[in-house]
Amino acid sequence: MTMIITALTIFVLAVFVGFEIITKIPPTLHTPLMSGSNAISGITVVGAIIAAGAGHGWAASTLGMLAVILAMINVVGGFLVTNRMLAMFRRKR
Amino acid sequence: MDKIALILLAYLVAAILFILGLKGLTHPRSAVRGNLIGALGMLLAIVATLFAGELIDNPSGYWLIGIGLVIGSVIGGVLAVRVQMTAMPQMVALFNGFGGAASVLVAGAELAVFDLAKNAEKVAAGDPQALPGGFIVFTGLLAGLIGAVTFWGSLVAFAKLEEYQSFKKPIRYPAQQPINALLGVIVLGLLVAGVMNPEIGWIYWLVVVVASVLGFTLVNPIGGADMPVVIALLNSYSGLAAAATGFVLNNSVLIIAGSLVGASGVILTQIMCKAMNRSLAHVLFGVLEASEGSATADEVYGGRVKATSADEVAMLFDTARSVVIVPGYGMAVAQAQHAVRDLYNVLESKGIDVEFAIHPVAGRMPGHMNVLLAEAEIPYEKLKEMDEINPSFPQVDVVLVIGANDVVNPVARTDPSSPIAGMPILDVDKAKTVVVVKRSLSPGFAGIPNPLFAADNCLMYFADGKKAVLDLVVAAKQ
Repeated sequence: MTMIITALTIFVLAVFVGFEIITKIPPTLHTPLMSGSNAISGITVVGAIIAAGAGHGWAASTLGMLAVILAMINVVGGFLVTNRMLAMFRRKR
Repeated sequence: MDKIALILLAYLVAAILFILGLKGLTHPRSAVRGNLIGALGMLLAIVATLFAGELIDNPSGYWLIGIGLVIGSVIGGVLAVRVQMTAMPQMVALFNGFGGAASVLVAGAELAVFDLAKNAEKVAAGDPQALPGGFIVFTGLLAGLIGAVTFWGSLVAFAKLEEYQSFKKPIRYPAQQPINALLGVIVLGLLVAGVMNPEIGWIYWLVVVVASVLGFTLVNPIGGADMPVVIALLNSYSGLAAAATGFVLNNSVLIIAGSLVGASGVILTQIMCKAMNRSLAHVLFGVLEASEGSATADEVYGGRVKATSADEVAMLFDTARSVVIVPGYGMAVAQAQHAVRDLYNVLESKGIDVEFAIHPVAGRMPGHMNVLLAEAEIPYEKLKEMDEINPSFPQVDVVLVIGANDVVNPVARTDPSSPIAGMPILDVDKAKTVVVVKRSLSPGFAGIPNPLFAADNCLMYFADGKKAVLDLVVAAKQ
């Protein structure tokens, strides 16, 4: 039970941090924010790696590997696309 | 320090890097660095995971992992590098969907190998890593549900933004909302059934199937112009799905990162809804109809619309000191942003002060217009938010509206029964002269006529966005 509370504590605190940061991001950067936070949601790859590599049977390994592929597309694609967008804001006149 | 503690420490650092990375997005100066920091956090999390005890015990698993990582990276990399800036919203939707699908598969895999009895033993033995079986099953089902809705919803959003024929018009069928409600009830019922009967593994996949249908039916009726809200919401869902998966695996970095993303999506969604003055419920479940008492196009426009030409507008520029350009989705469609930059340069070289007024829901994604104009190398200090620039319109000599409609429609201020009533708009009608570049008098997403076009101080420049602006550049140079 205490583990659940701990996990929930982390969740709640993270939500508060998220709120605080995101509200300070200017509208001009909202599109990179969408794609950047989307890239971070690819953190699922961590769970996928465990599922794929823990040797718990072919079902888990197959699903896991597929998940690794999909999550990695999310991660790599997401960070690269965000970088492309942000690089355009860099130029100063 | 033992291995598990080290990995957890690495996860903590990764989470910190994610937070710092997002913080970097608070200003264009620190944004690129912020993104890199976030990517570093992801790298750290991945590398740390590779040292997990279960993986080291099963070295052949590393092949699967390695191949998966490479394939995913290549596909993601190629897509990201080759996509056009104007297709950015669709890409975000697509990537988002993949993330949701990954959550479904991971939760599914974990539940498939989940041994209730063994877990109960671990809990009874006081294992600090163990969570109660019921909780794991519940969060697993939740992850599958949210992930499936996210995946299919994102695919539909992608199709609508890519303007695939069958998705162009929101498909409406009778009893739409009751069907959605029914699906919602069914999926929740299955969720409960799954928790009560954790031994029955296939309930999970049933939840996934029903949730998939729900994802499809929820997003399908929503029109293309509301996609910004939908994408922001789906972005949040994919984060929540990751967090739920984190609960299943009791993995701290999944929970933290998922929550961060979930929170950011919810805030963005709220901002967008406020900008349109429509509640989220209305966007998701409502239907936009022109109200009974409103004027028809003929009544509004009849005989009062004045067409203009490039030369005439150029003459207006000759005597202007300040010009404001209002970009809209039409500019993106016409790919006119580079032509706009040329016009900006010409006008500035004549000593005219040029600024851009960006409405919060202009375009297909929040900040869409900003990205397009930044791609065209327009300095970002010239891009003004609505609240910032609205008070100055009375002093503006010429406003050039390119491909925007509802966001400059004064009816939002004057007619309480209009579908856009109360939506904050750009007060361009207060400027001295307004020139609207549009292909025709066709209505915007709200489907209503725009009295601005018939106003005394308004001139209509009927042409394709890109051509019109290019002609203006030529005319203004003379």
